[in-house]
Amino acid sequence: MSWLDTLRLALGSLRFTPVRTALTVLAMAIGVAAVLLLTALGEGARAYVVREFASLGTHLLFVLPGHAHTRGLSLATGLVSSVRPLTLDDAAALKGLPAVAAVAPIVVGSAQVRAGGIGRDSVVLGSTAELRTVRHWRMQRGRFLDPGDWHRARAQCVLGPTVARALFGNARAVGKRVRIGDRRFRVVGILASVGRTFGFDNGELVIVPVAAAQALFDREGLFRILVAARNEATLASARRSVRRVLLRRHRGHEDFTLLTQGALLATFERILRALTLAVATIAAVSLGVAGVLIMNVQLIGVARRVPEIGLLRALGATRGQVLGLFLCESGLLSLGGALAGVAAGMLGAGLLGAMLPALAPLHAPAWAGLAAPALAVGTGLLFGLLPARRAAALDPVRALERR
Amino acid sequence: MIRLEHVSRLYAVGDQVVHALDDVNLVIEPGEYLSVMGPSGSGKSTLLHLLGLLDRPDRGRYLFHGEDTARLDDRHLARLRRRHIGFVFQFFHLVPRLSAAGNVELPMMLDGWPLPRRRARVRRLLEAVGLADRARHRPDQLSGGQRQRVAIARALALDPELVLADEPTGNLDQAAGHEILDLLEAVVAQGRTLVLVTHDPELGHRAPRRLQMRDGRLFESPGGVG
Ligand SMILES: Nc1ncnc2c1ncn2[C@@H]1O[C@H](COP(=O)(O)OP(=O)(O)OP(=O)(O)O)[C@@H](O)[C@H]1O
Ligand SMILES: [Mg+2]
Repeated sequence: MSWLDTLRLALGSLRFTPVRTALTVLAMAIGVAAVLLLTALGEGARAYVVREFASLGTHLLFVLPGHAHTRGLSLATGLVSSVRPLTLDDAAALKGLPAVAAVAPIVVGSAQVRAGGIGRDSVVLGSTAELRTVRHWRMQRGRFLDPGDWHRARAQCVLGPTVARALFGNARAVGKRVRIGDRRFRVVGILASVGRTFGFDNGELVIVPVAAAQALFDREGLFRILVAARNEATLASARRSVRRVLLRRHRGHEDFTLLTQGALLATFERILRALTLAVATIAAVSLGVAGVLIMNVQLIGVARRVPEIGLLRALGATRGQVLGLFLCESGLLSLGGALAGVAAGMLGAGLLGAMLPALAPLHAPAWAGLAAPALAVGTGLLFGLLPARRAAALDPVRALERR
Repeated sequence: MIRLEHVSRLYAVGDQVVHALDDVNLVIEPGEYLSVMGPSGSGKSTLLHLLGLLDRPDRGRYLFHGEDTARLDDRHLARLRRRHIGFVFQFFHLVPRLSAAGNVELPMMLDGWPLPRRRARVRRLLEAVGLADRARHRPDQLSGGQRQRVAIARALALDPELVLADEPTGNLDQAAGHEILDLLEAVVAQGRTLVLVTHDPELGHRAPRRLQMRDGRLFESPGGVG
């Protein structure tokens, strides 16, 4: 018998019991769609995290004062040598390093910002012109801090869009004066909003030159230093050279911490991938359940079609042909389920993406798109084997006598 | 063509052994027309299943064209059934979801015929049994006599040399029964061998060679052709 005829006969018998066929296909489709949807969600979450990190800059290095590993020790040694803060000169010393593209020192404090009788408590960031490059910020109006001598406390500031609107409404802010704490600054620019990244919003920021912030908050030490490597490939070498320079400047004491964006990101990615895989595996169990359903349905089918099987044998069908016929039915059921499931999964992911725009575009990763239907057809055939073998093993004489 | 030598078929029922066939010897030549009669449970169907290679003897030998069928595997037996033997059953045994044409087509499908050749053959077969206009009807849309005619067309699909009919008229009224027998006898006229199991003595006596079964034993009826 040709495979096309086997297919034709199998299709014919599936069409003869439309409700049973539809329900079985539905069960398999739900399993496949569940795998696709859940992996799409997991993948969407992963992509979201990666995107967020990327918006912070993927080849970024953070230098923090103090060393995480010496915290236990510092109790004992704290009396002898206090932790040296990171200074503006430390930051400046990193500027010329070959693997380093930009260095931005940061001082943070909060202060009241006043303009025309309106006051507002804001986070004030002391930094330099390089901060904008490092953070990939764009300007809504005006310009960012002027480049030049880091030690010069120019009386200029840049406002986040929310602060600017709160202080000046719709009026033009650039060129106006504001008071920050007890000092006066001239607004030179307004940041373009970047939206929220990990709950951080640049709209509330007020940025002043780092030397001005140091004077404002009467603080020498830096909150941290942002170092942008030239690219991801040079990140490791940038990290090495930054560490070498700072160690030398701190007389061999590693009283600072170096963090890379990549290390954090890799951890997040690993966790999210493991989660996606776990969830997909749970969903794949439903494929097994659907496989058992196919087995049941086919066992019922074999039991009901005993006389037909006997007849086929009498007409000269081999055991192999009978086996092939029933296996083909299981295969078609699971294939139908797989195709319907892939369609439903893709549709569902599209809808879900529309509902969760942060994660959009949502689609299942290619491995899931291939593995889920393959697994569906595989389990269908595997579980179809038992009924098919039972049909093939029937004694034709007994089969013919059953009515 | 067919030779049964000391063939027995035994069934164990509880601790008893039933001799469905008991030391049966039989030779059938090509072109013969035999009827098999006997009381219910005497072993007629068992004999027919055995002749049709659906069953195997527990004792004795069955030679088909001189070849010992005990030595043939499932594929060989299936091919012999497909190409050399046609079955007609008391309860028609049509596949309910297939049309008349679909049922007649089955043996050709199993034998791997290409579609156009099958179509042409199905049409001729249905014409031969007078059902050309019922090709698209499903079995439940046909009368008993029509169903049995479809079954006969199906049995003849691959032009078998041996036709085995197990009470083909058992479920039909007399008129339909006679029509069916006419069709089957036409088969003999074409040079085929026909073995007809029947309860109806009138029909049974139309065969030139008559066999009688009792308790699994086979007797040649007097008046039969030697
Ligand atoms: N599967 C089986 N298990 C046990 N005994 C069986 C089996 N099949 C047939 N027999 C026995 O074999 C004997 C012959 O049965 P068979 O069907 O050949 O009779 P038959 O002559 O065709 O009867 P009928 O005219 O009623 O169709 C019977 O006694 C029956 O009970
Ligand atoms: Mg019988």
